[in-house]
Amino acid sequence: MNTRQHAAAVALAMAAGSFSGASLADVRIGFLATLSGGGAALGQDMVDGFNLALEERGGKLGGQNIQLLKEDDQMKPDVGVQAVQKFIEKEKVDLVAGVTFSNVMMAVAKPLADADITFVGSNAGPAPLAGKLCSKAFFFASWQNDNQAEVLGKYATDKGYRKVYLMAPNYQSGRDQVVGFKRFYKGTVAGEVYTQLNQPDYSAELAQLQAAGADAVYAFFPGGMGVNFIKQFKQAGLLGRLPLLTASTVDGTQLPALKEMALGTLAGSFWGPDSANPASKAFVAAFEKKYGRIPSQYAAQAYDSALLIDSALKKTGGRVADKVALRNALRAADYASLRGAYRFGPNGFPIQDFHVFEVARDAGGRVSLKQVGTPLKAHQDAYAGECK
Amino acid sequence: MSPELLFIQALNGLQFGVLLFLMAAGLTLVFGIMSFINLAHGSLYMFGAYFAAAAYQATGSFLVSVGAGFCGVFVLGALIDRCGFFVLHRRDHLDQVLATFGVVLFSNEVARMIWGASPIFMELPESMADSISLFGLSYPAYRILIIAVGLVVAVGLYLLIERTRIGMLIRAGASNRSMVAALGVNIGWLNTFIFALGAGLAGLAGAMVGPILSVQPGMGDPILITTLVVIVIGGIGSIRGAFLGALVVGVVDTLGRTVMPFVLRQSLDPETANTVGPALSSLAVYVLMAVILALKPDGLFPVKKR
Amino acid sequence: MNSMTHTHGGQTLLGMGKGRLRVAVTVVLTGLFLLVPVYAGVAGDSYSLILFGRVLVFALAAVGLNFALGYGGMVSLGHAMYLGLGAYTVAILSHHGVNSGVVHLLAVGAVTAVLAVPVGFIALRTQGIAFIMITLAFAQMLFFVFVGLKQYGGDEGLTIAELSGFGALTANKTALYLSMMVALGLALALLRRVVASRFGLVLRATRINERRVRAVGTSPLGYRLVGYVMSAELCAVAGYFLANLTAFASPAYMAWTVSGELIVMVLLGGTGTLVGPVVGAAVFLLLEEGLKALTDHWMAIMGPVIVLIVLFLKDGLWGLLGDGESGKGGH
Repeated sequence: MNTRQHAAAVALAMAAGSFSGASLADVRIGFLATLSGGGAALGQDMVDGFNLALEERGGKLGGQNIQLLKEDDQMKPDVGVQAVQKFIEKEKVDLVAGVTFSNVMMAVAKPLADADITFVGSNAGPAPLAGKLCSKAFFFASWQNDNQAEVLGKYATDKGYRKVYLMAPNYQSGRDQVVGFKRFYKGTVAGEVYTQLNQPDYSAELAQLQAAGADAVYAFFPGGMGVNFIKQFKQAGLLGRLPLLTASTVDGTQLPALKEMALGTLAGSFWGPDSANPASKAFVAAFEKKYGRIPSQYAAQAYDSALLIDSALKKTGGRVADKVALRNALRAADYASLRGAYRFGPNGFPIQDFHVFEVARDAGGRVSLKQVGTPLKAHQDAYAGECK
Repeated sequence: MSPELLFIQALNGLQFGVLLFLMAAGLTLVFGIMSFINLAHGSLYMFGAYFAAAAYQATGSFLVSVGAGFCGVFVLGALIDRCGFFVLHRRDHLDQVLATFGVVLFSNEVARMIWGASPIFMELPESMADSISLFGLSYPAYRILIIAVGLVVAVGLYLLIERTRIGMLIRAGASNRSMVAALGVNIGWLNTFIFALGAGLAGLAGAMVGPILSVQPGMGDPILITTLVVIVIGGIGSIRGAFLGALVVGVVDTLGRTVMPFVLRQSLDPETANTVGPALSSLAVYVLMAVILALKPDGLFPVKKR
Repeated sequence: MNSMTHTHGGQTLLGMGKGRLRVAVTVVLTGLFLLVPVYAGVAGDSYSLILFGRVLVFALAAVGLNFALGYGGMVSLGHAMYLGLGAYTVAILSHHGVNSGVVHLLAVGAVTAVLAVPVGFIALRTQGIAFIMITLAFAQMLFFVFVGLKQYGGDEGLTIAELSGFGALTANKTALYLSMMVALGLALALLRRVVASRFGLVLRATRINERRVRAVGTSPLGYRLVGYVMSAELCAVAGYFLANLTAFASPAYMAWTVSGELIVMVLLGGTGTLVGPVVGAAVFLLLEEGLKALTDHWMAIMGPVIVLIVLFLKDGLWGLLGDGESGKGGH
């Protein structure tokens, strides 16, 4: 069906809908994720999570047939912009969801806002979009980038660690994470090390860490960097000797490559696969049945994005043309989320609990994440005040 | 910074350099003797790591996994050279770059289709997971093993090239290809052997790093760039250059990451030092290469052409 | 680079003279590019302006790179640096409230010259693979500098709130598209004249035999440096357009992979031909777009396609249409 035919069909259906009050046109959702190259593991999990929610509902959300259009941004901002323009101009989508990495998120924010498109974010939550560049049309079913570090900062303070050594790659997210940790950490910083982006070998940094006399380590190494770091931290004989607090370093995409090697590592997140929440239990069981692996938090976030959209479409009776009504319905976040109840702040980021997890064996003996505490309750990000 | 820590960091630099040498030796042989730029060298390294991880999962033996990494990629190298790459030997460098770039895209995707997009499991066997104590700092024993393997390979290559008949042919080929062919040597098979040997060394490097790095699609791309830096600094085609270039790059990179931020912290306020230090250390290797090439365009140890 | 493919003129399958076939294809291509805004207007599908706009951006950058690579024999693996530099010049000026399009363009030209002259001067001391690597080194340095520039967004990039201002035409997608076409057309016309000039003659000669150029009393360095800077400027202008097209500047624009892709585009289309890189950029980007729609594993198809093109189309796609222009010739 080409665009003109489609537009005509939409017009017809809408006309019919306004008379009968039923049989609305399909809702079109554009899903943007990184599906090729080095970041593909995260993007693939997001797509799998979103698809699972759709399948469970027979291809419908909020009782409406969903046409899901998927695009790969290759982790390149310019390709992301092009894909979003395709969603907006060519596919005439009603909603955009997904987005894996912050650099793509920053690039697509302006075209989305300019076209006044409703957006449901499933992972990336860069600081500017929570603050100065916030939009009333954006809802992040995930978390703001700093949050996972903040909860560990609070945890370190609660535990009474006095000298923490901070490590992150030298790029924006890495620096934001260190700032986030320090925001809630009251002790002294034993050292601050920024490694090269995609650095394979950390032996030099680990030697320095040992010389610094720290009593705990905070590390943020997403993707393959995390696998490298944990393996080498363990081989240097440090795991178990020093508490290791991490963000995005031992998540569901990295643990299968680490297994027992990561046992004892601590991680901050808003959700873990051991959650006792009934919605979460059902999701984990369904995901394992379909894909044969423990879902990562990225799969959970995307699944939750679909649930959020589902709840909003239910409320509006499937109407997407009234953008204000749709956004009010999304803002209510009135559904059984995997993380339990939460609400949206004025910037479209959740005000939610953050937990600390330990890498441990689950009931089936597999290495997974086990919740050990909830240092931050109903936590809001630091930038919401800048959102006017 | 204490002298003990400095020594440990120098050891780390040596270890990284030795790893780079395993990669660089193959690349520089193929480039210097066959005049063939193989961007897919990083993909061979990736396959080495995957083969090793697969073998380790199947057998649980570290020795078998390293053997699988080297032999698997040696055979793979011989096959792809015989089945296709030999056509490229006679093309100009740009065609080789373009074709092998295509091979890189293909290999990364094949790895992803077979083993998935996420990193796969590979660990160090218990027996080698210990760390030894050096000046009060614990140092992973496995790193010492990497250094030892790298040095053994370096000596082995030296003996192969300087003391054997095949080495003589390789040396002759590097200086004057057509002359070797004219003497009745089957240069096609010699080329295939060199290519497979280089591939096998890349596979060995991949197998050796499997336990310490993330085994995932595209893992060979960043190391390829650093390896190219090494062989250009060392002088293309020279094994000695590759060895010394790898050590120089390994040490400069490691000390750039550790000593430079330390020095900056002494002279600048912490905030500025934390901003400037990491940026400068990312540049260190590239600045080194730019300076060396600007002064000695043929690298530090150029091979004499006749 | 020692490919001296011999010309074998004559008739093509279509029975047309090769030169004439190329003219025909050029006309058809221009027509197709011109039809895009018409289609976008009629169908209300301004996405096509973005898609083909990106093709035009990379075509312009590839044409620029080809001037150094194809005519001057300077295989630069660092030209994405200038693409990113052009984009950042626009973004940073706009960030500080300077929105005039004319100022943006002038600044792009000036900043690029300030960088390209010293970089070219140092890099041109080397040749062959060393030149490839030294240009890569400089591009990597600039990449890491921008990744670390926190005040301009670091690796998360910089959103451009106000695009380059040209009065009522500011941020008009059709106007932007047409201006890219004009820029590409101007670049091709300019290079056509330059290549045919004495300067172009010497530049091409340095690629084939530098010693002889020296022997007739001409210093090749000056010619090569001017060629390198011109080529960099064209890439930077492409960066200016990329910034306006995406309203964004990112270090990802100057990643070494982008430099590699630019070389692929040039080779795909045909080195040392004027229009070849345009064809190469269009085929590369549209193929990528098409394959991505088919499968997530599109790279498993893209890779072998590139290999096949190298093996069977020695002179690139444009080479299929004959050897009318003499970028590779001169012997």
